[in-house]
This record gives sequence, structure tokens and C-alpha cells, in this order.
Amino acid sequence: MTHLRIRTPEGVEFSQPLAGPLSRAIAYLIDLAAMVVALSATATLFSILSLISPDVSQALISLGFFLLPILYGVCCEWLWRGQTIGKRLLHLRVVDAEGLRLRPSQIVLRNLLRAVDFLPLFYLVGGAACLLSPRGQRLGDIAARTVVVRIPQVPSPDLEPVLGTRFNSLRSHPHLAARLRQSIHPEEAALALQALARRENFEPDARVQLFASIAEHVRNLVAFPPETDESLTDEQFVRNVVDILYRPRGTDDGARPRAS
Amino acid sequence: MILDLGKFLARERPHWEALAEMLDRLESNQPLTLEDARRLHALYERASADLAQLATFAAEPATRRHLESLVARAYAEIHEVRQPAARFNPWFWFTREFPSAFRRHLAAFGVSLAISFLGVVFGTAATLTDPESRHVTMPFGHADLRPSERVRRDESPSTPNPIHSAHASFSGQLMTHNTRVSIGVLSFGMTWGIGTLVLLFYNGVSLGAIGTDYILDGQSRFLFGWILPHGSIELPAIFIAGQAGLVLAHALIGRHSNLPLASRLRAVGPDLVTLICGVAVLLVYAGVIEAFLSQYHEPVIPYGLKIAFGIAELAVLTLFLARAGRPASSPAP
Repeated sequence: MTHLRIRTPEGVEFSQPLAGPLSRAIAYLIDLAAMVVALSATATLFSILSLISPDVSQALISLGFFLLPILYGVCCEWLWRGQTIGKRLLHLRVVDAEGLRLRPSQIVLRNLLRAVDFLPLFYLVGGAACLLSPRGQRLGDIAARTVVVRIPQVPSPDLEPVLGTRFNSLRSHPHLAARLRQSIHPEEAALALQALARRENFEPDARVQLFASIAEHVRNLVAFPPETDESLTDEQFVRNVVDILYRPRGTDDGARPRAS
Repeated sequence: MILDLGKFLARERPHWEALAEMLDRLESNQPLTLEDARRLHALYERASADLAQLATFAAEPATRRHLESLVARAYAEIHEVRQPAARFNPWFWFTREFPSAFRRHLAAFGVSLAISFLGVVFGTAATLTDPESRHVTMPFGHADLRPSERVRRDESPSTPNPIHSAHASFSGQLMTHNTRVSIGVLSFGMTWGIGTLVLLFYNGVSLGAIGTDYILDGQSRFLFGWILPHGSIELPAIFIAGQAGLVLAHALIGRHSNLPLASRLRAVGPDLVTLICGVAVLLVYAGVIEAFLSQYHEPVIPYGLKIAFGIAELAVLTLFLARAGRPASSPAP
């Protein structure tokens, strides 16, 4: 299982991607580095006390070294709603396994049970549990009923950067546009839109090849007159196709020539 | 059918943004008015309906992920029906919640005590039948020193005791060591309780072996004067940690319960945290007493006084765990 799936009483299902062992390990290493810095600072601070009382200084250092690693996880996850520094940087979050709000007792329990997850060395038990558990839970997560999810960085969706407001020659043939809307499969439409949204991420050759494939597939579904798309590149043709698919009615912006 | 995504986004985005803004406020613990709460619920239902619509019709995945993320956050806030955590009051927690949680799982405490007692019996038998077993059963260097030698050394005014000049650091080491052991005893509940039972049994074996060694060497008064002031709190604390480990194990195994694993674990989680935090408080006290009182022997402090103090502590602890936090009984009509 790669997603935490929750079905709400309203009958709506949503899912959150689960964090993998590798991303969790990297987040832990970052947290470890943060803890080392905090421990060094604590040791330095309490060492100054040794000028007054070496005994009290030593006592505070040993207490600090014991408490800090536990309090680091508990306090960070409580204050930042399931995140530590490492988890924030890697966009991970501890959440309740049933999608509910995280409780303080859950945070404390999952952090205390690191004692058994850490065994025998370097989270071997916890790592094995993570790999074997269907929800990627270490033993502390199982006991506390928590899971670690990835928080996708999802900006509010916007079609403008993808489609723009350029002139769309395909709109000159509304009957063909209507036929295309009828014959294309929704997943094919979504694929074309995604290709446009991610076009800057492709290698140049791959980009040309991808849009050529999509354009050829669309031309096989509906044959537009040659004069309509002969001056267009495959990518421009696909952009016009997506425009008429996703902005079909009453949005005639694309039909009017505009400066691009 | 293709959803008119442009129109859909234009129509619904303001509502999603309003929901996100309200969730931000809620997640930063800002209170909502009744009107805000109603609006939050309406926005959540609208976003849920939008998500259902997107799931039915084709749409690009980014919009769906965005909505899923919003609905997940709102769901956590709206469907949480457990009692919200009240402002934490340490005194109320220690004097009411801790003893109440202890009493709710008395059977597990009994098992913890029984297993430790079995360990004591085993340690006693091992020391009586095989004196060489001391090297296995006695930790912290007790195997290398005869009790009478230690008593002679500790009671001699001419022998400097290094602990007397390092009370605080010794106390800190004791607290951290014992709390670490207690967390281990709790955590090993995840091995279906096997690890918890082994640790409790071994703790009992050490106790039995050391106690028998001192008694056989004629040092009973020293032993009780040394152990009781801190042990009357420390040992019950370890048994309570064992209790917590066994409660966890019982929830995992689920014997005599029709509830699913998730519900069983959810039910015991708060009690586990209460028990182990209560144990930590008891161990802090025991650490202070061990460093500042237990390590002083006759002629500095009479053993009778130390033994009486230890017995009094045990009586108070027993009374505390048995009575504290109980609702006051209403007077008979």
C-alpha cells in the first residue's frame, strides 16, 4: 500500500501518499544533526555552571542528554502538528492512522517507543517493521496508531500558464471540436494536459517526440482540415486540443486572437 | 464526459481558498465563532462534493491532489469526536489521572509483580545452590565485593565515599538509568509482552540474588536500610512500567476482546502515556532519595530510621495508588 486511504461519512474517499523508509531515514538524519547541535549547545551551557558547581553541572548534562532526544521529537511534533525539522524539510508529516487530529498521547507514545525501534542498532527493528507493515509503520507508529505521510506541494491549480490566451485555430471548426470531445477518452485528455503542464521538465528530444505522439493520436481520432494546423508545431496543436477539451462552452477567449 | 475544468475552477476556487484560510486559523489554535464553525462545515461539505465530482469525471491530477489535501485537513478537524485535551494541569494529572490509570489495569500490575517475584525466587535459589552464579545474577559490581566488606568500608568514617561529593550527578545518573530501563520495559510490550516479562524477571533475579547474598553474610539491617528508602518507590515504579508494557501487549494480542486492533490500541494509548510519565516522576523522587539518603549509613543515619522511612514511603505510595483520584463517596441518606 502506498497511500493512506480514508473514506469519510459523506462517502468521499481521499488519500495521502505514505512516506517511504528512505525519506524517513533522511529526515531522521537531519533531526539527528539538529539534536547533536542542540546537545552540544546544552553541554556548553551547562559546562559554564561547573565554575560554580561541577556536580550540578554534570547532573544537568546527563539529564539533558537523556531528555533532549525525547523532548525534541515530542515538542516539535506537537508544536508543528506532526513535523520535526527533518520532516518539514522533506515535506513529511505524522498523522493519525484514521485521518483524525493527532493527540498528545500519540506523539509521546510513538517517540518513547523509539527505544525498541532503535534496536539492535540504527533503527534496524523499526526499519524492518516499516518495510513489512502495509502502511510503512515502525513499532512506535503501530502502538500510537500513527502513520507518516508525504505532503505533496500542491499549488492551487491554474490552467492559464498551460493554455494561455492565444488564438486557437481549431475553434474555427466547432463541429470537429465537438466530435473530438465525444471521441477522446478522459484519461487521454488528462494525459495531454499533464504533458503541457510538465513540458519544461522534458529533455528537448523527448518533448518533441512526446507531443508528436499525442498529436498523431488526436489526428487519428478527428481529422482537422490541413490548413487549420499545418502551420502549428505538434506542441501548439496539442495545446489547442486541450483548450477546446477543457474550455469548451461559453469560454470563447481562445477564439479571439490575442497578443501572446 | 469531460468536466469543464476552467469553469469549475473559477467557480469553486474561492471556496477552497476560504476553507484553506479557515483551516490555517484552526491549525494555529485560533478559536472559531459558532458562525465560523458553521461556515467551516459548509465549506468542507462543498469541497467534499467537489472532490467526489472530480473523482467521477476526468480531471488533471493536480487539482484532485489539491482538493484531497484540503479535505484531509478539514476531515481531521471536523470528525475528531474525542474529548479535546484540556489545559494540562500537572498536579491534577499526577494526583488523579495517574492513580486512576493504575487502578484501571490492576490485573496487569499483578502479573508484573508476580513475574518479578518469580525472578526473586529464582535469584535466591541460584545464590543458595550455586554461589558462582553471582557473576551472572548480580549487576553493578555487586558480584566482586562481599557484603560484609562493603558494609565495613561504607560504615568506616575514614573511608571517603566519592558519592558524597557528587550527589547531584549521581542522582541524575540514577534517574536517567532507571527511566531508560522503564521505557524499555514499556516498549518491549510490542514483543507481545515477552521482552517485558524477561526484563521484569531479570530485575527480580538481581534483586533476589543481591538480597540473599547480604542476608547470608549477616548484613540484613544494612541491606534494608540501604534499599528501602529509595527501593520502596523505585521498585514499584519498575513494576508499574511492567504493568504498562503488559497493557500494551494485551492490546496487541487482543484476548477476550471483540474490538479490532486499531480500537484496542487507541483505547489504551492515553493510559500507557500516563503510566510511564507517572513512573518517571516516581523515579525522579527515588533518584534524589538514593543519592541524598540511601548512600548514608550508620553511624551517620541509624538504619532503624532509614527502614522506618522506607516503610512509611511504601505505605503512602500504596495509599496514594489505591485511593487518590477516586470520586468522593456520597454520604448515606
